[in-house]
Amino acid sequence: MINFGYQRNESATLDLDTTHSELYKKLLDKEPSAATCISCGTCAATCSAGQFTDFNLRKIMLLCKRGDMQSFKPIINRCMVCGKCQLACPKGVNTRNIVLILNKYLHAGKISK
Amino acid sequence: MQERLVNSFDPFVIPYTFGLIFLLTYLFIALIRVIQALPNDDKFKLLKHIFSLKIFKSMKEIFLECLLHVKIWKKNWTLGYMHTALAFGWFMLIILGHFEVQLFAPHRLNLPWYPIFFRYFMMETETTMQGSFFFFMMDLTLLLVLSGLVLAIIKRFRRKLFGMKRTTKLRWNDQIAVIALWSIFPLRFLAESFYSEISGGSFLTAGMGSIFHWFYNFTENEIYIRPIWWAYSIALAVFFIMLPWSRFTHILTEPLFIIMRNAGIREEHRNSGYGKVEIYSCSRCGICLDPCQLVSVASLRDSAAINYTRHLRLWKSEKAHQAASICLMCNRCTKACPVGVDTAALKLNTKHEVVTFHTDQQYDYLTSKTAESGAEPAIAKTLEPTDVIYFAGCMTHLTPATKLAMTKILETSGERFSFIDEDGSICCGRPVLLAGARKSANELMKKNAELFKQTNAKILVTSCPICYKFFKENYDLDMRVLHHSQYIQELLKEGKIKVDPNGAKIVFHDPCELGRNSGVYDAPREVLKSVGELQSTAYDGAESLCCGHSIATESLPYRKRHMIANDAVEKLTTDHPDVLATACPACKKAFSETNKIAVKDLAEIVAENLKC
Repeated sequence: MINFGYQRNESATLDLDTTHSELYKKLLDKEPSAATCISCGTCAATCSAGQFTDFNLRKIMLLCKRGDMQSFKPIINRCMVCGKCQLACPKGVNTRNIVLILNKYLHAGKISK
Repeated sequence: MQERLVNSFDPFVIPYTFGLIFLLTYLFIALIRVIQALPNDDKFKLLKHIFSLKIFKSMKEIFLECLLHVKIWKKNWTLGYMHTALAFGWFMLIILGHFEVQLFAPHRLNLPWYPIFFRYFMMETETTMQGSFFFFMMDLTLLLVLSGLVLAIIKRFRRKLFGMKRTTKLRWNDQIAVIALWSIFPLRFLAESFYSEISGGSFLTAGMGSIFHWFYNFTENEIYIRPIWWAYSIALAVFFIMLPWSRFTHILTEPLFIIMRNAGIREEHRNSGYGKVEIYSCSRCGICLDPCQLVSVASLRDSAAINYTRHLRLWKSEKAHQAASICLMCNRCTKACPVGVDTAALKLNTKHEVVTFHTDQQYDYLTSKTAESGAEPAIAKTLEPTDVIYFAGCMTHLTPATKLAMTKILETSGERFSFIDEDGSICCGRPVLLAGARKSANELMKKNAELFKQTNAKILVTSCPICYKFFKENYDLDMRVLHHSQYIQELLKEGKIKVDPNGAKIVFHDPCELGRNSGVYDAPREVLKSVGELQSTAYDGAESLCCGHSIATESLPYRKRHMIANDAVEKLTTDHPDVLATACPACKKAFSETNKIAVKDLAEIVAENLKC
């Protein structure tokens, strides 16, 4: 890697060679309201499953946009689909549908790795 | 009456006979396939029902619904008359036709075409007048059918006369069947009129026949009027052949559907034989279109119950799933359906077939003692024994005024209670079930039931109608499950809490899950009457609207939800009430967002006016 003369944080780096943006594109196709997400974190703050696990929809949305789908694959179905996030969302995003669609693609193998 | 022709056959009976044989063969195969698709215990239920006295109840229902269409009469008289005239009229034509053959030519009963073309083969002479009663009856029934037919044609152009704002669009297969059906009776009328000089007739056919005779003496040149019998026979054949591929399949499946339903068969896990019969029993009458708010407010016609069943019929599972995932499951369509097709159950099965949400590790946090953050989670604590447990529900935590009001009411009542999900808890499981993941729901149910049992409580009170319905119907709890409206009503009745009436004008909105889906209509009204002046609206009780924020939908866009909520608030507040009361956190949230009127949960209204 070229030394640009400054430190970089590993977790803040996007490696374009390993991103898979097709998942996010498919998501937008199926649930257009995902595009209006402003990553405010209201969903994660109100989440029942978030009390017990590190399931965090804000983070999942960010990772999804960045094309890093492997990191949230194991936790995507921790959600109880209770709908609190949807009721609280200030932008009216269909959060439950996002979870269901992401889960379907990740676990039913609609998108290959 | 006596036989006119020695020969009991004429080539024009061939199309009709072919159509009939085709239809009967098709039906026989379909029936066997349906019964094969039923699970074994359902087959047993069906057999048990057929050989018990309860079959008479089913027979009565078949007579009232399939022939007289009583439920449609209750909706609109003209619409009811149209359906009765066509269904009951045609049935009577068939029955009376067979009676005639039985009486006057019993040796011809083995010929399937004989009763249908009876007037061609028979004649009446001066000496044989015994048939005149049947002539009269047949003409009267034919008149009934023809009047229904005229109404059916008018309905295509002026549906508002029939109390319908919307009706179904006909596809090509339905169009062929409808044209065939519409031509059957006029052709029969013409054929019998032309032949009335030969075979005899009553007021309708003989009257028309004498008019024809006035123009030309057809009886001398029978060859000119013979083709009308051909046309009649072909129309019948076309209708019979198109019947399995058109909306008219319901004529044959509905009786079977009623018998199966009365036998106690339900679709529980996947759409099997019963589901098939249910889908084909949908007559596409379009009565469910007007009640559906997705159609009337959100212009999503494709999601209406009839279009969903059509997707299923055409094996378009992708589209069916789309319709199912948009549906709010408010059940307004099921309530309105004259056949009683429960599309909510079918939609749930459609989702269940598609959604793969459950895995073994999915909810392993339910049983772990420590949360990943390190703190002891609320659901891992052991609960103290108490009399009443209050479970606010996920949604209620987002309308905190309701849970504060409930705590105040419970404290005032002096009951020994515990607020078990004060620090948060897990979901009841109904939302995930409605999303199509039954196994996931089962895990949540198991954990919740375990938590409730620790308390040895006698009463479980919840503020969320979604939880209420699920706790009441799907959990096997040995405690009374009450929605907070019912519990407050009991507290008021027993004098444990008292309220000061404040005379405010209140309109109550029945939440779908509490009203239509659980049958709790009176308790919230009784409670509100004790506080203020309850105004009635056109949308009370079973007619109540959906707020649009139902948890059953996954993909309905927020904009459409908001449109539905706005429309509902406008309709509910035409009498300018002071408060719009409801009993569901989702409804409260939906209506509050419209910013049109003060929206309160009934618990809040009671808590504000508590006499301490």
